Amino acid sequence: MTTTTSTQTPTGAGGGAFQRGLRTFLRSRETGILAALVIVVLITTIKNPSFLFSQDGFRDLLLTPSILVLVAVGQAIVIITRSVDLSVGSVVGLTAYLTGRLFIDVPGIPIIVVFAAGMALGAALGLLNGALVAFGKVPALVITLGTLYAYRGINVLWAGSNRVNASDLPKDFLALGTSALLFVPYLTIIALIVVLVAGWYLRNQRGGRELYAIGSDPDAAQLYGLGVTRRILVAFLLCGALAGLAGVLFAARYGTTNSQTGTGLELQAVGAAVIGGVAIFGGSGTVYGAAIGAVLLLTINRALPILGIPDFWQQAVVGTLIIGAIVLDRVLSLRLSRQLISEREVSA
Amino acid sequence: MSISPSNSGPPALELRGVAKAFGSVVALTSADLTVHMNSIHALVGENGAGKSTLVKIVAGLYQRDAGDFLLRGESVDFRSTAEAKAAGIAVIYQEPTLFPDLSVTENIFMGRQPTQRFGRIDRKAMRAEAEELFTRLAVRIDPDRPAEGLSIADQQIIEIAKAISVDARVLIMDEPTAALSGVEVDRLFAVARSLRDEGRALVFISHRFDEVFALCDTITVMRDGQYISTDAIQSTSVDEIVRRMVGREVTDLFPKEVAPVGDVLLEVEGLTSAGVFHDVSFTVRSGEIVGLSGLVGAGRSEIVRAVFGVDRYDSGAVRMHGKSVPKLNPTAAMAAGMALVPEDRRKQGLVLESSVARNLTLSTRTRLSRFGFIDSSLENRAAKDWAGRLEVKTNALDTEVGTLSGGNQQKVVLGKWLSTNPEVLIIDEPTRGIDVGTKAEVHRLLSQLAGEGLGIVMISSELPEILGTADRVLVVREGRITAEISRADATAESIMFAATHSTESIQ
Repeated sequence: MTTTTSTQTPTGAGGGAFQRGLRTFLRSRETGILAALVIVVLITTIKNPSFLFSQDGFRDLLLTPSILVLVAVGQAIVIITRSVDLSVGSVVGLTAYLTGRLFIDVPGIPIIVVFAAGMALGAALGLLNGALVAFGKVPALVITLGTLYAYRGINVLWAGSNRVNASDLPKDFLALGTSALLFVPYLTIIALIVVLVAGWYLRNQRGGRELYAIGSDPDAAQLYGLGVTRRILVAFLLCGALAGLAGVLFAARYGTTNSQTGTGLELQAVGAAVIGGVAIFGGSGTVYGAAIGAVLLLTINRALPILGIPDFWQQAVVGTLIIGAIVLDRVLSLRLSRQLISEREVSA
Repeated sequence: MSISPSNSGPPALELRGVAKAFGSVVALTSADLTVHMNSIHALVGENGAGKSTLVKIVAGLYQRDAGDFLLRGESVDFRSTAEAKAAGIAVIYQEPTLFPDLSVTENIFMGRQPTQRFGRIDRKAMRAEAEELFTRLAVRIDPDRPAEGLSIADQQIIEIAKAISVDARVLIMDEPTAALSGVEVDRLFAVARSLRDEGRALVFISHRFDEVFALCDTITVMRDGQYISTDAIQSTSVDEIVRRMVGREVTDLFPKEVAPVGDVLLEVEGLTSAGVFHDVSFTVRSGEIVGLSGLVGAGRSEIVRAVFGVDRYDSGAVRMHGKSVPKLNPTAAMAAGMALVPEDRRKQGLVLESSVARNLTLSTRTRLSRFGFIDSSLENRAAKDWAGRLEVKTNALDTEVGTLSGGNQQKVVLGKWLSTNPEVLIIDEPTRGIDVGTKAEVHRLLSQLAGEGLGIVMISSELPEILGTADRVLVVREGRITAEISRADATAESIMFAATHSTESIQ
């Protein structure tokens, strides 16, 4: 969403609109990050063709990032409103464990009910975050840092040293986590649907646009008479529900869950959103960017060992990527505002 | 000026005896305002006369404590900006509040976008409507560009477009021309007149009398939170209005001892920061108080912040004792003998959660420490000395600063900077939000400090304060110094004139 029309040309019809669309596409952050992803995949595939061209390689490429994509989409929605949700890792942990317990404690429970339960628990935990932020007027960073530990604590209390194993789960459910429809894993299909629906909502619904407005300038949103409190609640609720969905799918994908499931996922999700061009101060970016960011993050992690870069450097590379993304944003926006000021000086 | 306000039917907006207080500070005692349809009504008054508070009450941002508020003859009570908006009131602030990341079109329609099936926003219809609005206003703004980086003038046009698109009947413009160039003002006025001719009621708040007299048909004067007068514009004059705005004896409130003026301490030469201030030059001598006057937003604070090295500047020089002071380096400015007491003491001058003693010694902590640790007995002794000299009223030096009154907080900030033994003290709005008694004390203190040989630069929006304490007055208008007036020649009228008229008309 970084359209910079510095020259105020009146817009023509037809070809003009197409050209403008093309320029927007080429300049957009999502395109850049997608290009980076393609380059990473290309280089790694040249080094080791099975990274892309073996059946497992192709499947892993799509399957591995799918859960993070879900969490990153939720995170992006919250960050767009100028908040952040650090508790998502713990929410994934709780809902993943809930999934296991439901299959063990309620034999024969329909899979769809488990999905609903996981998402409902996630939504409730997200709503609690949102309520504390919206009504307590405390920065989300602090609130969700608190619930990060609180939710994890509940998980530890509940699970203790128990763990749910793959053998406790129904085969149909586990199949959902690994099998594919025409080479595309179910998990990836679910993630893709979520990304498209969330992206459509944020772009085309009043509620979605208001999330951007609130993040862009909260005071102005108040002056406009937008329902700021309600929107923030909704953003956190969606984020929680998506983390809940991710938790259920985590159980399906890996089979094993314990009290530490999902630890650290929150930072990966924030990182993915930032890399994907979601401004940490809210108001701009898309869930598409966040999703591609998530894929890039995990693909790099898998590519580095193949390229012969030691484990030791992997985290540093991810860190550099995040800092690079933020510096890039800052430099671009500074340059833009400077340019606009000097243009005004000249015309005045 | 052909159209006179049609007085048939109830007025579009009527306020009677409206009062509003914030804690112990009274912003409005009794404000009246009656605006008719088909009329552009000027609301004038000094800084702090209560115009902005009145506007915020009309806008639904504040609730009045007493008085009547009628809209087309019916009593109303707004609890939020949304309610005021729904009733047809639109306020265009001096600095519009737009969403910088979103497009111009979205800014106009946020919250009430046209929708299609499934609640999908109809972008085409929205954009077309935005273009239609701009055509109607005869302006050219790309509806697709982001609001970020738009000039203030264009931002105001967007606010106006927003107001028209909801068919607001009452438009209030709070100092809309303060940041506009001549061409932009003309454009705004053309728009305002066409809105008036459509039967809307407009309230125009401005300090520029030439504009007020060119645009408005009726004028209401406020002073000290009170209604003073309402006249048809033809039956009054600028002199008359200025006299009513100022209208009070000022001299006795501010005891002033004239100190012998010594050597030049601070020299500022040709200071320029693009878009903020231009070619600012002045000197400060030992023993004198230089008043920096001008309207709020004229760039006074920005100038002193740049001089002290907090903000950047593009060209020019700052010298202390003839030696140049590096830019963007407050530590060097302090070492050279400058001190800056900022405008917003709660945010920039104090650590509210810390004790009085810690705050007083904050800027001298390196001198009070041994082996890198602050020696608390040394600290307490230094703090006690200053608290005593400035008569800070507090039970104990370990009281949290946040719990002190505004006046005492200001004294703590002053003490903090005076303890660095500065030669030039720059003080921004020294008595804002302070009760009258303490004000006089702060003035006595400044006067006494000048007597001890300090050079003082004082920014103040209160004319009586400037007239009462300053030896020399520099008037800033839109980032330029437009007049330098000696104490003998300074009057409320002469300063107000320089603050509201462009340089060309003064020379």
